[in-house]
Amino acid sequence: MGLLSDPNRRRALIGMLTRMPVDWLVRTMQARGLEVYTQRFSRKLPFPDEDKERYMVKGTNVYGILRAPRAPRTEALVLSAPCSPGNENNQAVGILLGLAQYFRSQIYWAKDIIFLVNEHDLIGMQAWLEGYHHTNTTGMDWSPLQGRGGSIQAALSLELSSDVVTSLDLVLEGLNGQLPNLDLANLFYAFCQKIGVLCTTQGKLPRNDWDTTSGYSHAVQTMMLMVLKQASSRPWGDHGLFLRYHIEAASIKGVNSFRPYKTDATTVGRLLEGMYRKLNNLLERLHQSYFFYLMPSLTRFVSIGYYMPAFGLLALILLLRALDLWVQLSSPPTRTTEDGVEVVPASPGVLSILTPLVISHLTGVALYTLPVLSQELAVEHFPVSETEAVVLTAIAIYTAGLALPHNTHRLLAGEGTEQGWKVLKLVAVLYLAVLLGCTALINFSLGFILALTLVPLAAFITPHVPKTLSAVVMVILSPGLTLLFAVFFFQELQETPVTLQEGWMLYLSVISQGILDHALYGSLLYPLAALLVYPCWLLFWNILFWK
Amino acid sequence: MAIRRLKHTRTHAHACMLQTPLDDFQEELVIRPLHSGDIYASFQFRTVWDADFMGDQKVSHYRLFPKSLGQVITKFSVRELHISFTQGYWRTMQWGQPYLPSPPGAELWVWFQDTVTDVDGTWKELTNVLSGIFCASLNFIDSTNTVQPSASFKPLGIGNVTDHSFLRYATLPREIVCTENLTPWKKLLPCGSKAGLSVLLKSEKLFHSTFHSQAVHVRPVCQDPQCRTTSMELRQTLNVVFDLHTSGQGKREWSLFKMFSRTLTEACPLASSSKVYVDVTDNPQFELSPATPLLTQAVVLGDRRTYSVYDLTQQASFGSSRSLNMLLRWKAADGEMLRPLLHSERYVAGYGLQAGEIHTLIYNHHPYRAFPVLLLSAVPWYLRLYIHTLTVSSKGKDNRPSYIHYQPSKDRERPHLLEMLLQLPPNSVTEVTVEFERALLKWTEYTPDPNHGFYVGSSVISALVPSVVAMDTNSTLDRPLFSSFFPCKEEASYFMRVYTEPLLVNLPTPDFSMPYNVICLTCTVVAVGYGSLYNLLTRTFQVDEPSPGLAKRIANVIRRFRGVPLL
Repeated sequence: MGLLSDPNRRRALIGMLTRMPVDWLVRTMQARGLEVYTQRFSRKLPFPDEDKERYMVKGTNVYGILRAPRAPRTEALVLSAPCSPGNENNQAVGILLGLAQYFRSQIYWAKDIIFLVNEHDLIGMQAWLEGYHHTNTTGMDWSPLQGRGGSIQAALSLELSSDVVTSLDLVLEGLNGQLPNLDLANLFYAFCQKIGVLCTTQGKLPRNDWDTTSGYSHAVQTMMLMVLKQASSRPWGDHGLFLRYHIEAASIKGVNSFRPYKTDATTVGRLLEGMYRKLNNLLERLHQSYFFYLMPSLTRFVSIGYYMPAFGLLALILLLRALDLWVQLSSPPTRTTEDGVEVVPASPGVLSILTPLVISHLTGVALYTLPVLSQELAVEHFPVSETEAVVLTAIAIYTAGLALPHNTHRLLAGEGTEQGWKVLKLVAVLYLAVLLGCTALINFSLGFILALTLVPLAAFITPHVPKTLSAVVMVILSPGLTLLFAVFFFQELQETPVTLQEGWMLYLSVISQGILDHALYGSLLYPLAALLVYPCWLLFWNILFWK
Repeated sequence: MAIRRLKHTRTHAHACMLQTPLDDFQEELVIRPLHSGDIYASFQFRTVWDADFMGDQKVSHYRLFPKSLGQVITKFSVRELHISFTQGYWRTMQWGQPYLPSPPGAELWVWFQDTVTDVDGTWKELTNVLSGIFCASLNFIDSTNTVQPSASFKPLGIGNVTDHSFLRYATLPREIVCTENLTPWKKLLPCGSKAGLSVLLKSEKLFHSTFHSQAVHVRPVCQDPQCRTTSMELRQTLNVVFDLHTSGQGKREWSLFKMFSRTLTEACPLASSSKVYVDVTDNPQFELSPATPLLTQAVVLGDRRTYSVYDLTQQASFGSSRSLNMLLRWKAADGEMLRPLLHSERYVAGYGLQAGEIHTLIYNHHPYRAFPVLLLSAVPWYLRLYIHTLTVSSKGKDNRPSYIHYQPSKDRERPHLLEMLLQLPPNSVTEVTVEFERALLKWTEYTPDPNHGFYVGSSVISALVPSVVAMDTNSTLDRPLFSSFFPCKEEASYFMRVYTEPLLVNLPTPDFSMPYNVICLTCTVVAVGYGSLYNLLTRTFQVDEPSPGLAKRIANVIRRFRGVPLL
């Protein structure tokens, strides 16, 4: 961290980043008989991205359209390869150009094929897709596209780090947990089998020994990785941004590990050729198979019909708890005083539940807006970089929220009553149920992880449980720490365990990436967490410290 | 030998001239090497017959004019008929302008004579008959895709009809053109595919191309300069573009044999003229063999072009080998794209299945001249256009159309029709945008492949484009056929039509799969079963006996008398 705080180094970095060989690509694509166009774009990030070392991003996308013979420009397929500085993805661009040349001399194409080389990976892809569909959802500057190929039916993004690969990894998780149609994964698997390439998902090979413990745990690990990736709501490859436009897309990543059997670029090319010919022959968009699934391996999937009941049972707890509270509230226990007169306790005023509701949501709004807004102030007064400032401000506001219950009570008109917390808890439990239900419909994994942590907490919390112990449990189950555990768990599953120190640094960068994903691509996790989930958790925190 | 046969037929025709009206057949092939290395071949076959189809007496004796078409024209009182079948989209940026533009799919427009009373009924019958003649799905033309343009489609032949209630225009953007459409088209030719230029029309090569378009145009033309009498003109055109990479193995070297896998050996014996033109203007390092001494110049699409001419009625054209297989070879040009004076593109913007926006971009690349264009777009009813969102802007400024004709759609009855007269400023892009909402169709209205999407036909841009050279306005002069189709009335500009891309739009589609059907069925059963049970259980039955009125009591007495049930 702190790499980009020096303006000179920043300028040097910006110079280094604008080095895609645009002219060469244009000439090469033209020589292969494509219609070539370029698109310029620029974007100023809300704060410097220290993982990818970028702040003021300027770039050019180059794309060539192979016009299908005797086709009226109504349908298109996309093959994209990100061109990053350095030699990271040269092989993918090479395969793309080679395929363009081969595809160009074939007569059987029925859909235009767009070969796209995008600069600055996802930012370039976002600019290109926004330009293609003439929308602007994230306030990016881009020059309008000159050539189009109609409605895009499917897209593949290719990432290769070396010219020989041992296996190909299929990445499906897109923005906001969207997934492409399962048939795209099936197509990839079928061709890998046909050509004899090792194929993986989440970097794990499919295994056939389902009935053994090790085979089962392998599958569970693969699925947990998918759940964690999907819950992160971020695009895990360039394909992730296509899904918003209802374009089935996946990324294919070449992995070069230490396995003995290697696959060369020709085989990858044959695989892609097969997949494109299949996609080319499609009469309709991919729609026959599932859009909601989890994959324990590339050959098996868990459909929505199996996993949704698990979530439904979790959500049922909330509804039963709400019903219980409702019944308790509608028949208030009468208390007998010393002289035998029955006293019905006064029902709580609206203010007593409105105050915590409003205050916790205001905290959420502060958590959502302040980190980015106050970065300059923080940089001036503390020895930190902008990125650090944003992340640390977010953590500070999050922690400060914990002190709220002690302050909200001062605003209340009277003492909190027994009835008061029950009404508040009823509202909070219903709020959580609706929130989790909606989240799970859009992004199952996120909804499920949140439900796993928040539902037990929502079920047991009352002001009468032991305070210190419950407070510790609540903090451990809070959304912020859930994220921290998820980071460690994810690293563990990927078989790259990290130390506490590294994990903490990773945690900080994950927070900054989350905020950036929201600003750059419109990922909804950060606003959801800051504006809805965190305030909801604060309501339960309030109940625990009810006086 | 060919000449002798030709002479023979001519004398025969001469002999018959006293009884039958004079008819004349010409055939022509233009080959234009394209900037991109592709090659463009355009066939035109023209039959002119001095018969009066519009008169009272029936025309019964047919010679060169195809009888099947002639009868249709007589039966349905057609004044003008234009039909085209196109597979592919003309790439203006690489190929320049075509001699005869046409939109992807099928296009049909017909001017009826003003004696027709039920135009819609006649149109319906005509499309069904033509569907049979051309083996095409023209019978899918109905009121939901037929429009009556008010200004874009004027009669191309003589006639001063301007009442557009006699005009019908329809496109089928999804129509796929293949051999079954080519065969009936070839049958309309006097020589069929037996002799003349039409021997080149072999489907295995014609459909191994990047663009294929065939058309039939029937219109009345003047017989003489004074235009005292009219004759019927039938033009059959076929345009095909062969690709440099797929058909040409990447070499800018073309021959008739390479293109069509045939060579020319004779002219059609029935033709009065049979010529092959090769456009040699653009390329200085152009090699053409066998060389021909005949050069001609013609003003085509606002440009003076030079052509090498091979006259097939001359035996000398075939040389010693008795077959003509000209060879074209030219040096590579740079890969830059062309800047045609007028071109356009169209696309759907936005995402999601609820709303969207149609963008039409019209480019005027003329450095200093502004010119007006007529934009016509017919949009199916299931895209509900919000016409209040219509914006037209050029160079960032609002560009008010000087004429707008808008006919709103009616659900399941007729499409939207939007016609506008726009002034294009010099060197500018004019952007026309209009928002729409996607309608939810009834479940029987979806096509068998609903997830493919629904087509919106091409927009039509008709323009008088400023010409670089003086256009030839003398229509009586003997000109090559390809330069004489659109009538030219002034020297300074020429008429041009540009078609935009058709659009493919996805509508909200229910999941027509088995689980969906099961859910639907179960819901229906549950609703019916539960509903009736609930109704029975919650309804309280009461015996209600109001005292019947006097009239009813009398009626019941009568009914009891007759033995029928009481009221």
